[in-house]
Amino acid sequence: MTPAFAVETNVGYPILSVLVFLPLAGALVALLLKGDRTLKAWAVAVTVVEALVSVALWTRFDPSTHKFQFLEMADWIPTFHIRYALGVDGISLLLVLLTTFVMPLCVLCSWRYIERRVKEFVVSLLIMETAMIGVFAALDLVLFYVFWEAMLVPMYLLIAVWGGPRKVYASIKFFLYTLAGSVLLLVAVIALYLKAGTFLIPALMEQGYSFAFQFWVFLAFALAFAIKVPMFPFHTWLPAAHVEAPTAGSVILASVLLKMGTYGFLRFCLPITPAAVAYLAPVFLWGSVVSILYGGFVALGQTDMKKLIAYSSVGHMGFVTLGIFLVNQRGIEGSILQMINHGITTGALFICVGILYERTHSRLIRDNSAVGAFMPVYVAFLGLFSLSSLAFPGTNSFVGELLVLVGAFQQNKLLAAFVIPGALLAATYMLRMLQKIIWDRVSGHHQGHEKRHGDGPEAGEPPRRHLFDLDLREAGILAFLSVFVFWIGLNPRPFLKVMNRSIAHVITQAQAVEGLPEGGMTGLMNTLFPALGHSGGEESAAPERE
Amino acid sequence: MAFAHETLLILSCLALFSLSLAHVRPGTARAVALGLSALAVVTALWGLDARGELFSGAYRVDAFSQGVKLLLAVGLFLAVAFGEGVRGIEAEHEPEYFLFLAVSVLGLTFLTSGVELLTIYIALELSSYSLYILVPLRRNEHIHQVEAGIKYVLFGAMASGVSLFGMSYVFGLAHTTRVDDLLRLYPDLVSSPLGLMGLTLMLGGFFYKLALFPFHFWTPDIYQGAANETSGVIATLPKVGAVAVLIRLTGLGGGAVEFATVLTLFAVLSMTYGNLAALVQEDLKRLLAYSSISHAGFMVAGILAGTVRGYAGALYYVAGYLVMNLALFHVIYALAPRGENVTLANLRGLYRRSPLLALTLAVAAFGLAGIPPTVGFAGKFFVLAAALEKGHLALVIIGALNTAISIYYYLKMVKAAYSPEEEGGEAPPAGRVVLSPLGWALGCAFVVGILVIGALPGPVLGWFQRALAWAA
Repeated sequence: MTPAFAVETNVGYPILSVLVFLPLAGALVALLLKGDRTLKAWAVAVTVVEALVSVALWTRFDPSTHKFQFLEMADWIPTFHIRYALGVDGISLLLVLLTTFVMPLCVLCSWRYIERRVKEFVVSLLIMETAMIGVFAALDLVLFYVFWEAMLVPMYLLIAVWGGPRKVYASIKFFLYTLAGSVLLLVAVIALYLKAGTFLIPALMEQGYSFAFQFWVFLAFALAFAIKVPMFPFHTWLPAAHVEAPTAGSVILASVLLKMGTYGFLRFCLPITPAAVAYLAPVFLWGSVVSILYGGFVALGQTDMKKLIAYSSVGHMGFVTLGIFLVNQRGIEGSILQMINHGITTGALFICVGILYERTHSRLIRDNSAVGAFMPVYVAFLGLFSLSSLAFPGTNSFVGELLVLVGAFQQNKLLAAFVIPGALLAATYMLRMLQKIIWDRVSGHHQGHEKRHGDGPEAGEPPRRHLFDLDLREAGILAFLSVFVFWIGLNPRPFLKVMNRSIAHVITQAQAVEGLPEGGMTGLMNTLFPALGHSGGEESAAPERE
Repeated sequence: MAFAHETLLILSCLALFSLSLAHVRPGTARAVALGLSALAVVTALWGLDARGELFSGAYRVDAFSQGVKLLLAVGLFLAVAFGEGVRGIEAEHEPEYFLFLAVSVLGLTFLTSGVELLTIYIALELSSYSLYILVPLRRNEHIHQVEAGIKYVLFGAMASGVSLFGMSYVFGLAHTTRVDDLLRLYPDLVSSPLGLMGLTLMLGGFFYKLALFPFHFWTPDIYQGAANETSGVIATLPKVGAVAVLIRLTGLGGGAVEFATVLTLFAVLSMTYGNLAALVQEDLKRLLAYSSISHAGFMVAGILAGTVRGYAGALYYVAGYLVMNLALFHVIYALAPRGENVTLANLRGLYRRSPLLALTLAVAAFGLAGIPPTVGFAGKFFVLAAALEKGHLALVIIGALNTAISIYYYLKMVKAAYSPEEEGGEAPPAGRVVLSPLGWALGCAFVVGILVIGALPGPVLGWFQRALAWAA
């Protein structure tokens, strides 16, 4: 059986397949390599080549259309009309690029931290990259689901093998939570297929499904995505996973994995189930506001830097979901930009924490206070990324959050008013951490820490010895990321330009709303379960819950 | 000729029988069995396109039966190829072990081609009786094997009795024992309470082989009591045969609502009960026993859809299940040099003792849990899609939720294998696990097979679909 392989790209070769499978091939080669340094160097080489290849996506992308580009199609499982279909549009393009650019940094920031089982680490990272790019590039729901689930295994291993003291708890919680969220997604995927006769994502859009069908499908999708984002109250796996994961794991988690949830909302929920989105948007808008405020308040009380950043992620991702469910141009532009920003800024912050942890073996703010005196370059970067995280004007997050807020004010002033304190909270907890780490009294680490942990340098020694400033590798990673902080912060237009058409298209798709139930809860129940009510909805065979 | 495969199997049984009479050096019987089972794979492959009938149409060789026979032959080969010989069984019983293994597979092979109730029944008994003997064949230091052997015989005999009793009802109503004629009469049969009961009872014998709730009670004790290699066989091969017969017997009948309701009930209870019970197991074989009960539910989910896609999905599922389970039993076998039972604690530090075995275990466990891109995911997807197509939404949702439950105990296995030895109380046997070249190759083959057939399931599924054209 030779499946017809149709490629429609202006690059001259199936670039998306190359992007998806290059890391996998790199992982297979890595199995044969020996020596820790060789393996790490190989991983850097593969991920850098991958990033360079992905630049072509950026340069050859045609921003004047909303259509999927760099298309590839082949039959995969003909019995169920499942196809191997890849393509990107203005929504997924930047996320693919974010992934390919973050991965080399993940390898580099683990250069010294990962010393055991280097081969497995490199293989896990590379397989992870394949799965992540696959998620963003897949145009077939089953293919999407395969990548979506396959990603769990390497991520689980990253936490469970190279993680901190409570790695077992954190890794199993991560796996169970995210898997439990996505099993019903599979049911919804099959249900969509049985309705529309195809798994092709573009073909599933604009089908005008009945409201009841959309409602259940949306709930199944939303559960999976809300857990991944994570939205309050589904966020409890995130702090545990972030705290225990090694730096590279935290960076991948924050920069890429969380974006898959919001990407899912944009890619599937808005175009496929517009009526359900329109009906339930208030729930998600207010849920986002709760996420923003809750994440901010909890971050305020953290003593562990990683936990603080993890909770700040909950808040930042709240901005993203807020922008998406506003369903207007500004809001969605802001939220996509904010996805990229969060990937850059939070990834950089996790790398900063990792750098400090490698020196002091503690992530507690108390143990790391006043390093500013010894690591000036480091705190300069930390300060920059913290400012970016609290959306300081001139940095990337400012543009994103501003766009989301503008969108929110267009829609609902009350809602927007509730978001403002969230932005203030971000400033409070970030500045508080920054102040302690840079200037606070030399209390925690330098005097008390050595006595508690015998493995550190001699207690009497001056702290300068192990608090050496950034080396070239670390400075390079952070400098690279800070370029994007300013680039997006000062000139976001090139980034907004590529997504413009696609967003406009998604919004038109999301406005195809009809047949919303009226009459509050009773109306909803009557539409969903026509058999129970007396008014009767349009769908006769409403799905029954078990 | 159309019956080359069967002929070869019969001759193999005879050869092994004569070996069991003579005094041969340890290892000879295994070498002979290995060669013969490899040959059986070849004849099964060669016979894929064979068509023919015997005994006035009671025994039919068609694409469907030949496909299943190939699965059985591959399963037999893999089961024989485990390690260097029989570890859990006295060396003097080695020829007998392989003899009864071969006879059992012969019975299952007949089962797939039987299209007449009595033929099916005799084939079922042939395969069962040889397994009855295999179960207590274990070194004397293990007490459980006698208990397991008796339980297996008693449950088996009862299940066969129930099956026969059901057949008598079906015959009484339909006046025929030919499956073809029965299929035509199905709509009438299932609409009468007596017929529905007779049919359910008749299938009971196969549910027993499949370890489907409520015919599952024997499973944990037999898995635990029998030698590791025997459990590996019991866990896999009879299920292939059972699925094949269930497909033969329910073909076209699956559309009937009443019948599907009974099967749905069994499938749902089987999935849920098996998974919940597996959560708390410590003995690896017991854990796999409960997991197999749960998987039986998924296989039935494909069968009760009653469509070609559902049947093809169930066959694909059982094929994947065969490979993944044999992979796990391969690990268990390698970890128990004296044929003892392996617990989760024994798995600790496996990563250091043998990276390949740890990888095999991880891939097979994630596969059984249904994580893509493994055969386990593809199988689950196919059966659930087929069941949903027929509107069994509750079943599909419960099945999906069960996937989430099951991941916990599969993760426990992976976690143990990849955690360092120091963690936890009990000290596992230290030292590297030495694999024979064949064992090493098998490990690699399992990993590659589970991943590749899972990532590219199209050809296999398509083949089953074409082989099932008669059911359309």
